[in-house]
Amino acid sequence: MSLSGWITIAVFFLCVVALTRPLGGFLKRVLEGERHLPGRMLGPLERGIYRLAGVEPTREQSWSQYALAVILFKVFCFIAVYALLRLQGVLPFNPGGLGAVAPDLAYNTAISFLTNTNWQSYSGETTLSPLSQMLALTVQNFVSAAAGIAIAAAIMRGFVRRSATTIGNFWADLVRVTLYVLLPACVLLTLFFVLEGVPQTLWSSVSAFTLEGRHQTIALGPVASQEAIKMLGTNGGGFFNTNSAHPFENPNALTNFVQMLCIFALGAGLTNMFGRMIGQEKQGWAIFSAMAALFLIGAGVLYWSEAHANPLFASLGLDGTLGNMEGKETRFGVAASALFATVTTDASCGAVNAMHESFLPLGGMVPLINMMLGEVIFGGVGSGLYGFLLFALIAVFMAGLMVGRTPEYLGKKIEAREIKMTMLAVLCLPLVMLGFTALAVVIPAGTSALSATGPHGFTEALYAYTSAAANNGSAFAGLTANSFWNVTLGIGMMIGRFFVIIPALAIAGSMAAKKVAAPTPGTFPTDNGLFIALVAGVIVIVGGLTFLPALALGPIVEHLAMLHGTTY
Amino acid sequence: MVLSQLRPALVLFLLLSALTGLAYPLGMTALANLLLPEKATGSLINAKGRVIGSSLIGQDFTAPRYFRGRPSATMGPDPRDASKTIAMPYNAAASLASNAGPTSKALLDQVTARTAQLRAENPDAMAQGWRIPVELVTSSASGLDPDISPDAALFQIARVAKARGLSPDRVRHLVQSQTEAPILGFLGEPHVNVLALNQALDRLGQ
Repeated sequence: MSLSGWITIAVFFLCVVALTRPLGGFLKRVLEGERHLPGRMLGPLERGIYRLAGVEPTREQSWSQYALAVILFKVFCFIAVYALLRLQGVLPFNPGGLGAVAPDLAYNTAISFLTNTNWQSYSGETTLSPLSQMLALTVQNFVSAAAGIAIAAAIMRGFVRRSATTIGNFWADLVRVTLYVLLPACVLLTLFFVLEGVPQTLWSSVSAFTLEGRHQTIALGPVASQEAIKMLGTNGGGFFNTNSAHPFENPNALTNFVQMLCIFALGAGLTNMFGRMIGQEKQGWAIFSAMAALFLIGAGVLYWSEAHANPLFASLGLDGTLGNMEGKETRFGVAASALFATVTTDASCGAVNAMHESFLPLGGMVPLINMMLGEVIFGGVGSGLYGFLLFALIAVFMAGLMVGRTPEYLGKKIEAREIKMTMLAVLCLPLVMLGFTALAVVIPAGTSALSATGPHGFTEALYAYTSAAANNGSAFAGLTANSFWNVTLGIGMMIGRFFVIIPALAIAGSMAAKKVAAPTPGTFPTDNGLFIALVAGVIVIVGGLTFLPALALGPIVEHLAMLHGTTY
Repeated sequence: MVLSQLRPALVLFLLLSALTGLAYPLGMTALANLLLPEKATGSLINAKGRVIGSSLIGQDFTAPRYFRGRPSATMGPDPRDASKTIAMPYNAAASLASNAGPTSKALLDQVTARTAQLRAENPDAMAQGWRIPVELVTSSASGLDPDISPDAALFQIARVAKARGLSPDRVRHLVQSQTEAPILGFLGEPHVNVLALNQALDRLGQ
């Protein structure tokens, strides 16, 4: 571990803190239809879109109408992506002459991108044409992120409003986030990435004659525009197979730093937007602090782990100063790789700049735990905040049980219906993660896809279903997904998305209808250190109790085996 | 209720697709090629009228007179049977990592073999007491890593200087001039671009 590594982590964290307030203010203005700079320039476009689509932005929806609108929109997304991939061979913009994508892979990819997961069972450069990358995938990167933020805004309205029946208009939220937040930011980010060397071209490859006289075919494409939304929308689906480790996706340490900031920026901003909507920014900072504590612990542990060379190499007499460099890039080194891995799994991004499968066992366990906790540490855009609010409800519920009072959050009573819905969402994820893993490690269709044996093979399976259900998309990428995996991972991604969104919107609907009680001396305050510690504790304990046995079978056993000198 | 939402769902999907899936990437492609044509097309290096590579993408170096890059796990089609794939280091058409786990026996065997090979190829450095930098025997994440650490370059000086009939000091000076420091003093690791270093070596010889 080096001083510059710790400085990188500290400076990164300070930048996130600095971005939180301005972004929170901006997001609130956009989603509440207030005045803002991009609105003055693109306002006519927004109104034109509403006219064509027959949308009345001021006509609000109940929680069930809002949920229905989300689902209908996702149905169209699925049909379009599936069709574009299946018809790839006959569609234009396909200079490489790539054929149709197989049915199970097209299904898996469509679900993966519409749920903001971006699990990739394919290699981008050898499977997808520029048209598929742009019209099928880039579109989903935008709209799945915009839908996530829209849903978070609707849920915030539910927590804030009093005796209300509606929580906003999904169509207006979707259009505003896309037009005013994601697109302008991505235009600037694309130009920055191109300036640093990320390609943006319609050529799909170029042929080179190397210094030693060999032919080298170099894959190219419209990379920068996809890179921008991939990070900002916490999508994570790479243009190339090796994602942000590829020098064309992430050419230097500065682009790497900016990419990490993009992953956290909107998720952090949403905590502040929530505080502003309540009228107490301190409530937002309390959420931010609980998230920040869990983030810093993860980053520290992962950096510590990867700063060691693999102990199995000890007898070879190598200079291991640089740490565990298998599956890492020289320009980033272990500090920026460890930080990136923490950030990408705290949020539901899933982009990688180093191969998580090649981390030392305890290092690889950190991304796994981050995802198991539900990706509520800043989290995916939108999904992080509403996922966190579910844990906040559990925390106040537990606090209420301890002192024998009806639990309240932000002055609203938390009753049986809210807790039932919360538990539905919180229990669905482990069911998918552990259930499918158990199935996959006992049937041949499951085990035949694993690249490793022993505890590492088990972790590979566990990581895949955890990543899918948490809508992350990163992988222990030695796994070669076959149709069994494509189908079950697709189911996992859908359950992970919609069995959180729908209960969370239902909670928002019932919260919106409640009255607000004035705080009394007996009210449990939710903006102080006690609450922060309690909710962080709930997140860790719920995750810890549920997953500890599985972690013991995977990374923990592997760590002990490694120290003992065992290989598989 | 469902029917009244169908029109907005379909129309918004089509409009947002056109905006984010066509107008945005194509507009950015046009703008990028207008403002930064060389970078937008992959930072290609031209020499004697043809493309010799990209300054961002590593190349496979095996000759003793060139600095080696890191091991690469990329694969490519077998020239004798296109349905099979074989090891093809630095195949920039299909980036790939080893994805070997830390307790993989295959990884340990590979690292052991690479260590033995580097020892045999660099007897002078071994005699000077060098320990082989770990990144020279472990494969990169992209399989296309263009860089090595300054130590990994200095380790190879004796071999390269001997193969080229140059003085080691002259080669060391070249490595130092090609070393890039961390951005702002802390972001990233110090590194040397192997292709740029080898090109500079070739120019030195002329």
